[in-house]
Amino acid sequence: MRFFEDIEVGQRRELGSFTFTADGIKKFAAQFDPQPFHLDEEEGRKSLFGGLAASGWHVGSACMKLLVADGLRQAREAAARGEKVAVWGPSPGFRELRWIRPVLAGDTVHFASEVESMRTSSSRPEWGILEARNTGTNQRGEPVFSVLATAFVPRRNRNA
Amino acid sequence: MTSLAFEDFKPGHLGRFGPRGVTREEILAFAAEFDPQPMHLDEEAASRSMLKGLSGSGWHLCSVIMRMMFDAFIGRTASLGSPGVNELRWLAPLRPGDELTLDVEVTEARVSRSRPATGIVTLKAVVSNAAGQALCEMVSPIIVRRREDAASGQAG
Repeated sequence: MRFFEDIEVGQRRELGSFTFTADGIKKFAAQFDPQPFHLDEEEGRKSLFGGLAASGWHVGSACMKLLVADGLRQAREAAARGEKVAVWGPSPGFRELRWIRPVLAGDTVHFASEVESMRTSSSRPEWGILEARNTGTNQRGEPVFSVLATAFVPRRNRNA
Repeated sequence: MTSLAFEDFKPGHLGRFGPRGVTREEILAFAAEFDPQPMHLDEEAASRSMLKGLSGSGWHLCSVIMRMMFDAFIGRTASLGSPGVNELRWLAPLRPGDELTLDVEVTEARVSRSRPATGIVTLKAVVSNAAGQALCEMVSPIIVRRREDAASGQAG
């Protein structure tokens, strides 16, 4: 992962894609969100979603999965260059999460992350606070998901 | 099975629900699939992290809140889904063995302008551990069908 000083507002990373299969949608829903339109094709068709739809929490969790994979990729690249690898802190939360369109069985969603704001923490000067807009777009190019997530990012020169 | 409609959600405290336990196995399984960070998977790495010990993924906690809301009232509500989450804060880590309690408040309930047969109910949910420490707080609207007589009365 990168340090606060290596990041700029507007930087965008393509995180990769996740395909929501009918089985995956039903498995997640059975455990966490067993509403009929997340469990059954016919119920999904009759709903506002128009088909078997993934739980919104499944979509958010898939975005997290790709964010973590991208972080590992960045860490490996930094290590390969012989650089110190930044370890990000836990997230304090998010705002403005929007499930813009339903994600239906068979959809493949491409996720990306763009830095929207950065500031230093006054109470913890070794940390910076970053807000990133994480978005998901389906195979037809339609936006399906958006969230403004907050992260604690270590500052390069404040660790001593 | 669906017995609750928009008219049943009035501003104020909706209820306290739970407890629901979360096991170490559940935390590890969710993390392995969706959030494989060392602080959610590995005791040793977790003890050195900012959260000082194994903790559940924040998205796991969100998903458990969803399930608690389903079991408490969404499962018997004429719910049509949710457009999103206004704000969510992770306040303290979810730990293996936590017994969670969920407090839900209706902060706003209004009829939808674009779909008058439905209403938008904004919920504030706070999930706490057995010690009463709040772990997560979120504000999220859900779309709920109105009772037919109420909706048609409005339209006429």
